[in-house]
Amino acid sequence: MNGSTTIHVTSLMIASSLVFVTLFFSYWQKLKLEKETIISVVRAVIQLVAVGYVLNFVFGYKNPAFTTLLLLFMTFNASYNAAKRGKAIKRGLLISFLSIAVGTLVTLFILILTGIIKYEPNQMIPIGGMIISNSMVALGLCYKQMTADFKNKRDEIETKLALGADILLSSKKIIRDAIKTGMLPTIDSAKTLGIVSLPGMMTGLILAGIPPIEAIKYQIMVTFMLLSTTAISSFISCYLAYHEFFNSRKQLVDRSEN
Amino acid sequence: MSLLEFTNVSFNNREEDILKGISVSINSGDFMSIMGPSGSGKSTFLRLCCHLISPTDGTLLFHGQPIDNFEPTDLRKKIAYCFQTPYLFGDRVRDNIEFPYIIRNLPVDDARVKALFSSFQMTTDYLEKEIKNLSGGEKQRIALIRSLLFTPEILLLDEVTSALDVANTAIVEHVVTSLHNEGTTILWITHNPEQGKRHANKVLTIKNGEIQALETIL
Repeated sequence: MNGSTTIHVTSLMIASSLVFVTLFFSYWQKLKLEKETIISVVRAVIQLVAVGYVLNFVFGYKNPAFTTLLLLFMTFNASYNAAKRGKAIKRGLLISFLSIAVGTLVTLFILILTGIIKYEPNQMIPIGGMIISNSMVALGLCYKQMTADFKNKRDEIETKLALGADILLSSKKIIRDAIKTGMLPTIDSAKTLGIVSLPGMMTGLILAGIPPIEAIKYQIMVTFMLLSTTAISSFISCYLAYHEFFNSRKQLVDRSEN
Repeated sequence: MSLLEFTNVSFNNREEDILKGISVSINSGDFMSIMGPSGSGKSTFLRLCCHLISPTDGTLLFHGQPIDNFEPTDLRKKIAYCFQTPYLFGDRVRDNIEFPYIIRNLPVDDARVKALFSSFQMTTDYLEKEIKNLSGGEKQRIALIRSLLFTPEILLLDEVTSALDVANTAIVEHVVTSLHNEGTTILWITHNPEQGKRHANKVLTIKNGEIQALETIL
């Protein structure tokens, strides 16, 4: 690399020979993955070229309203995907949108306030993307855990309801477990940073020629922001979503009777 | 005025009729035994009484008012429901005994707790016992104590003695009849006809979701 920050197209072409290694193993071991490998490589190249051009355009269009609109679009897409993990949650899309938006807003606000980043598309879009996608994964895990618990722990909830407890007190353990489930992957990944892997952002900066000592500062910021957003989004989504498992008469919904 | 009044109450779930056209009055001070084969709708009947579910048709009145008019948590504090298979939460017995007080934002009444443990022939040493080390009979008695810490207006018992031995059954029956003598209305599901008639003044038999018989014992 020689500290170079650009890669020549010819170098990339030569590097593409690495794909042949995969194809060779697939053919040799009769894995029948040749077609899928070729399709995935072609797709990756096309998608990345497209996204490169889009980002080039977006970064050049330094309009805060446009940046906000893009962040909202990203949040909506992430919410839509997260909501699919909790189909039992009726207003899943709205709850996800609110949770991710608030988590992202608070984190970005703190980062801007401390002067670490500026409200410019080349900073907001990649940082926002990291935050939003992390929240999306966390929310998906929260919803999955919550839906399973409300299904499997009906006896516990109904026992508490029958004693006269409100729906919040009856669901508190489930809510806490769901928040934990959403947050644990981010916490675990923070624990192993630098030991198991060098994270993507830090690797990218080092490859781009930034000294490692500078690169870790960015990575530390990313770790903090991901932890904060995951906590905020998981907390808001779980405390809003648990209501959806009860009706207005504080009864657990959809129970088969005998 | 009846304490609980079912008028043509039906309940269906996933297009299956669980209860059909139930009409029955339960008066204050009644001791009603509910009998019938498994799957006949007896538990659903009790679950309707404490508002864990609502009728899909018909009217259910409590103190002459539609049951939906009451705040569900207030209502359930007056109508205690003991499940056939008791669920004890937390790690220790104490977690279960403290829960009804937490709900009401009240300090634990140690004297009341001690008296109830004593009436079920247990000591308060049980408070520190781990749930996983309790027998089925002990779990059921703890669940009953948990439901009776605040004397309910109506006590709903769903086959609570079905898994108990003779000695434990006698203890539970003694506590329940004492409670009834003090004015609590009892609705007790049992499969034992002799037990069903021993203390009850009414015996309700449900079959296939319908009332098959309502017998008054003089």
